[in-house]
Amino acid sequence: MAMNNDLAKIQGRAWLFGSDISTDMLSPGQYVHHPMEERLKHVLESARPEFASQVRPGDIVVAGPNFGCGSSRESAPQHLKDLGVAAVVADSLARIFARNAIAIGLVAIACPTLSEVVEDGDIIDVDVISGRVSISARNTTLDADSIPEPMIDVLRHGGIEPMLSLIGAEQAQDD
Amino acid sequence: MKKSHRKEAQIGGKAGYKVEDAVSFTDINNAAKSSVPQSGQQTVAEEILARASGRDRVNPGEYVIAEVDAMMMHDIFAADVLSMLQRAGIRRLNDPSKVTVVFDHMVPSPSVSSSAHQAKARELVKYYGIDAFFEIGRGICHQVMVEENRVAPGQLVIGTDSHTTTYGALGVASSGIGSTEMAYSLATGKLWFRVPESIAIVLDGEFQLGVTAKDLILNLMKVVGSSEAQYRSVEFGGPSVGKLDLADRMTVANMGVEMGAKFTIFPEGPITTLRQDARYFASHNVSLDKLVPQVAVPHHVENVVDVGDVVGVPLDQVFIGSCTNGRLGDLRLAADVLRGKHIAKGVRLIVTPASATVMAAAAEEGIIEDLVAAGAYVGGPGCGPCFGGHMGLLAPGERCLGTHNRNFQGRMGSGEAEIYLGSPLTAAASALAGVIADPREIMDGSSNAPAGASISSSGR
Repeated sequence: MAMNNDLAKIQGRAWLFGSDISTDMLSPGQYVHHPMEERLKHVLESARPEFASQVRPGDIVVAGPNFGCGSSRESAPQHLKDLGVAAVVADSLARIFARNAIAIGLVAIACPTLSEVVEDGDIIDVDVISGRVSISARNTTLDADSIPEPMIDVLRHGGIEPMLSLIGAEQAQDD
Repeated sequence: MKKSHRKEAQIGGKAGYKVEDAVSFTDINNAAKSSVPQSGQQTVAEEILARASGRDRVNPGEYVIAEVDAMMMHDIFAADVLSMLQRAGIRRLNDPSKVTVVFDHMVPSPSVSSSAHQAKARELVKYYGIDAFFEIGRGICHQVMVEENRVAPGQLVIGTDSHTTTYGALGVASSGIGSTEMAYSLATGKLWFRVPESIAIVLDGEFQLGVTAKDLILNLMKVVGSSEAQYRSVEFGGPSVGKLDLADRMTVANMGVEMGAKFTIFPEGPITTLRQDARYFASHNVSLDKLVPQVAVPHHVENVVDVGDVVGVPLDQVFIGSCTNGRLGDLRLAADVLRGKHIAKGVRLIVTPASATVMAAAAEEGIIEDLVAAGAYVGGPGCGPCFGGHMGLLAPGERCLGTHNRNFQGRMGSGEAEIYLGSPLTAAASALAGVIADPREIMDGSSNAPAGASISSSGR
């Protein structure tokens, strides 16, 4: 997992979604033990059937309120990361989804009213450090919620898993 | 905040409780934004997070690193979490005695890949010395945690399941997290938390005939919705809170997460008033007298209507069970409606008890026999069809009413199926009719009619 040092400069093409996009839509329960390749084909298919096949690395998911509502399944943000999504920016994020996204090293940030401004396919710029989202085509810059320092640190490490390896190494030294 | 509710929020002066003493909207908002330590009482969430992070007090909006009292994992995530620890070279958990693992979702395993996943989890549970491991057949994780005393009032508890809020029924601050955060917490014993603002729900009055705790939480979904409570702690009080037994409180706390809540807490002990000096972000009063049976309609839990608005909608399947409504009292209510009758042609009824304890008690009482005689498929203890994993999946165009907690598109099989949510009474009445039915209509004047929601008297 690569270190992400460009948290201030994330640029990508927006995929626009509505409100209440659930973890069941992101990661349908019926495919939970299917091979990963198969599972990725069904990401968000009930909202936008073309998403999984047409999303490109570096694209940004933009959505209305309550993105990621539902279960605690971490496959929801992980599938987006595996499809190459660079960031999720929603009017608001469901609590567990927001935590899980950061934990696996996927940028997820809330930016109230963004989904009302962005049009599908717009190029948007996300600055996680200063908490700003810009859509140059719309001449608009919006304030996003700030991400607390401990979580920025997790994002810089590329997620919690690389941090756990450091703890593992310490335990090995102690033994 | 919805205006219609503000009106209701002005009731609440009964039994010495004055909501206006406890809550002033502007003052609370200002206080919540202040970083200066406040004096006065803390909400239950604040008190628990302060204790767990070694502080005298904490303020909403602060981030704290807290010591976690108990951790729970189920079969869907246990293998992932423990494998991640193994990959990272973690040789021992911070404290294996705090950890509980319950196999409840894919049980019994429906596929070879699922079996392999579970076998891996069993191997690692042993490797990491987790003694509190409950095999398939014991029951749904949240029910088992309570039955086995793996949680206690005042604790801070996490689980790899969103319905971990259920333990709030016991005065626990508990919340669902993902597998990576669980791995971190198992290794370190700690996790970071944002101190939530708190919302007070003040209950008064009594449930009317045919109305249950499920109707209360569905009504809260309608009135409070799923945005106001996001990241917040929902705390219950008021003169009628004592009228909800443990099972009722578990039903309500369970679905708190559908409101977006981080915690859903019924304060420990015989507390019928909320902490009068504590800072609540908002307060809502609910008069139980005014509630009627509620139904959530597709495809979101906050799309709640009075049962009368959907009576007659044809059904293919009815489900009674889950961590929301699979307890003894729930099965008893259903059996009271179904006893001596048969479900309608063209509808199938699936019942799964929440635990082995529930199932044994229901068998002893004759409830299982009544349900089977009425035409129900009664499965073993576990999550059953609720999460759309492996049983009772819906075909495109099919319609199900269940007592579970989510009706999102694609939750129980096909994305073109429809899911409605209601109480065990509504579910049983609907199974009899083959269409969504108002349970009060068949309960009025019937000799074996339940005397209202308070018929359930046990938390087990």
